[in-house]
Amino acid sequence: MSWTEVGPLADIPNKGSRVLVTKDGDVAVFRTAGDEVFALFDQCPHKAGPLSQGIVYDKRVACPLHNWVIDMESGEATGPDEGCTRTFETKIENGVVFISL
Amino acid sequence: MKEKLVLIGNGMAGMRTLEELLKLAPDKYDITVFGEEPYGNYNRIMLSPVLAGEKTINEIMINDLQWYEENNVALHSGKKVTRIDRVKRQVIADDGTVESYDRLLLATGSRPFMLPVPGADLPGVISFRDIKDVDTMLETSRTHKKAVVIGGGLLGLEAANGLMLQGMAVTVVHISETLMNQQLDNAASELMLQELKSKGLNFLMSHATESISGEDRVEKVHFKDGSEIDADLVVMAVGIRPNIELAQSAGIHCERGIVVDDTMQTFDPTIYAVGECVQHRSQTFGLVAPLFEQAKVCANHLAQMGIARYISTVTSTKLKVTGIDLFSAGDFNGDDETEDLVFKDAARHVYKKLVIRDDRLIGVVLYGDTVDGTWYFQLMKDGTAISDIRENMLFGQHHIGDSGHGAANSTDNLPDDAEICGCNGVCKGDITKAISQHNLYTLDEVKAHTKASASCGSCAGLVEQILASTLGSDFNDTPSKKAMCGCTDLSHDEVKTAIKAQELKNIPQLIEALEWKNPDGCHSCRPALNYYMLSSWPREYQDDPQSRFINERVHANIQKDGTYSVVPRIWGGVTNPRELRAIADISEKYKVPTVKITGGQRIDLLGVKKDDLPKMWADLSDAGFVSGHAYGKSLRTVKTCVGSEWCRFGTQDSTGLGIKVEKMTWGSWTPHKFKIAVSGCPRNCAEATIKDIGVVCVDSGYELHVGGNGGIKVRATDFLCKVATEEEAMEYIAAYMQLYREEGHYLERTAPWIERVGLKHVQALVVEDETNRKRLAQRFYESQENAQTDPWAEHAAKYKENYIPIKQVS
Repeated sequence: MSWTEVGPLADIPNKGSRVLVTKDGDVAVFRTAGDEVFALFDQCPHKAGPLSQGIVYDKRVACPLHNWVIDMESGEATGPDEGCTRTFETKIENGVVFISL
Repeated sequence: MKEKLVLIGNGMAGMRTLEELLKLAPDKYDITVFGEEPYGNYNRIMLSPVLAGEKTINEIMINDLQWYEENNVALHSGKKVTRIDRVKRQVIADDGTVESYDRLLLATGSRPFMLPVPGADLPGVISFRDIKDVDTMLETSRTHKKAVVIGGGLLGLEAANGLMLQGMAVTVVHISETLMNQQLDNAASELMLQELKSKGLNFLMSHATESISGEDRVEKVHFKDGSEIDADLVVMAVGIRPNIELAQSAGIHCERGIVVDDTMQTFDPTIYAVGECVQHRSQTFGLVAPLFEQAKVCANHLAQMGIARYISTVTSTKLKVTGIDLFSAGDFNGDDETEDLVFKDAARHVYKKLVIRDDRLIGVVLYGDTVDGTWYFQLMKDGTAISDIRENMLFGQHHIGDSGHGAANSTDNLPDDAEICGCNGVCKGDITKAISQHNLYTLDEVKAHTKASASCGSCAGLVEQILASTLGSDFNDTPSKKAMCGCTDLSHDEVKTAIKAQELKNIPQLIEALEWKNPDGCHSCRPALNYYMLSSWPREYQDDPQSRFINERVHANIQKDGTYSVVPRIWGGVTNPRELRAIADISEKYKVPTVKITGGQRIDLLGVKKDDLPKMWADLSDAGFVSGHAYGKSLRTVKTCVGSEWCRFGTQDSTGLGIKVEKMTWGSWTPHKFKIAVSGCPRNCAEATIKDIGVVCVDSGYELHVGGNGGIKVRATDFLCKVATEEEAMEYIAAYMQLYREEGHYLERTAPWIERVGLKHVQALVVEDETNRKRLAQRFYESQENAQTDPWAEHAAKYKENYIPIKQVS
């Protein structure tokens, strides 16, 4: 597995996210209240809303367009909504976030 | 090893508890269920449609056998538990099956009460409780003719109607002269009697049964007055009694039902009970909504989360009996000190009665037209003063100063392809299908599954109607107060009170003190809490951007493609060539695809990329612009007409006043967006009478109008008062806005807020009480001291990194 450096954890707001621009599109890198990091392809499975702009709680993010709630671990929509967005593995080493693209 | 949970009773309350439990803690228990009936769990409420031939047994199954397998729940169907050994923690069934438990859940339901008269045990005398009873009725209807139903309550009338539809001649015997006396007053009962008679049912009112006779099976029913009637089938539907024999024999404390505390625990701490078998604070239960509430609470405790309490509240009953819509709530019979408002149209089969005490609604009966039931119930629960709406309230919510949705409100006659939810394109057929396929019971569930009423919410009433008529007779719209969100059972008002009373100064502190179910809250409550903190502690609270919706976090409106729109403030809608030139230059510089004039007299620059926002704001700042807050739950614009400066009809300087008002109010956060307008004469070109507050200038001063709305539901303003000077107008506006900031629920516009608290209340605090007005205005000015910093200039200077990607990788 090859890891790409994203940047310092401190640069991602707690209960927030930053965007990583890749040649295949934007990736949303989230930081939870407990300082865990998750990464999702930055498109809601519903209408492609930018998940990076949503409200983060627990291990979930609510899409800013129509409030679909996406589980950040699995990328699956929760509740009765159905759909899935791509997830990426991440790790934190010495306060620096890495992603496997 | 997993703990063992045994459920006795495979009915709706017990199984609902399991479903809730599996949601909360799917792997906590090994679960075993005992059910006396040889089926999975079915919807007992729907037995009437089965009897009437409208549904089959398969259609009313909630959890079929496959469900038990999929969820690893062991089901002993057709086995009756005869003994609980509390010392060994075992239950023993009639066939000798023994199961041990760590936790036991009793959901033994109720038994129909059989009149203890001679002959009650004859073949052909039955109750109306389970699938077996329905089978007996269907069989008998094929071979026999005459049916007698004892009991003119809900269940009795449903049974009578079903038997009539199966071709039997049916007589209903009722002890008093009022049918359904639990739910109806005399007048409504009389209407019902006439309507059912015209359908072909026979009635013997005020008849007390003395005995039942027959050789091999029932032949006659005899009454105390000496009369008698022929009968091939007798259905007793005179009431239910909690089924407590098993619990009693195990020495668990019972009175009328199994006594439980607010956590649904019995006197034995390892044993819980839910449903019709329980007695909670001296009350027993028969309708489905409270049972589901209990299920939720009980599941919470079985999952050892330990934070839920069951509190039974005033409930309303919304029923469809034999196709007739009924609604009742509260004290609908009234007494010497109450006043009645009555509407009766016998030809249309409509009757409405509202019972009023001390200017408050305390009871409701609706017959035939129950559309406004929910609204009346809300007025009752909120204790709303009704003097302002008294004149028209009997005709329904749509006749109280709104012209939005007067027409189509009866969903029964709509075809399946009729669109109910215009926002999400959901048709009636989609909703009814989802209700029966997924066994939905509440508006929230329908919302989640179909998206109907999940956006603007204006069709929620229609969806409730569909829910009621699809679920049939025992639909009971969820009572009680509205919880703020799934994280808590507390209402908006309770949370706001707690913030002040317990001096909760930030969100994490509140989440801990009020025992929120999710440690971070959710996307629904966090923005509300952030607002309540901000408005409660304006000087101390540190705003939490992560608890704001994206638009407020980045001070622009997100669009469907992820770009943003930028709306600079244009004070009172007055601009000049220099400003317009600056906007034109900036639009070109950032290649803005669409430039649009808004309804609020400003200019919207659409399609801006997020990275460009801070740069664009810096340029706009240099040209003298500040944020227009077009994205916020905050003051939007003050719309004006040209007024006395130019207009030949103008009476005052409406543009000048508009600009002053906008300078005073900009930057303030409010529960929902807030719009103001100032018109220079009663021709009202600024459309001030559909704004949150509107000023209409007249020759002798300024009229203030409040609570208008031009959105989802058009509502014209109410007249607040008239003042003589601009200074007074400004003070009243500040005071009114502050009152709304303090009292409004998050995401509640001023229109519903005023309908909730009443115009009189607002007048009393803002107009009549001068000291209070000045205090309110003072609090508004104080909170504005910290609010009037231009967020655009601030973000362009300090927070640029929030708007750019963290990194770009190739």
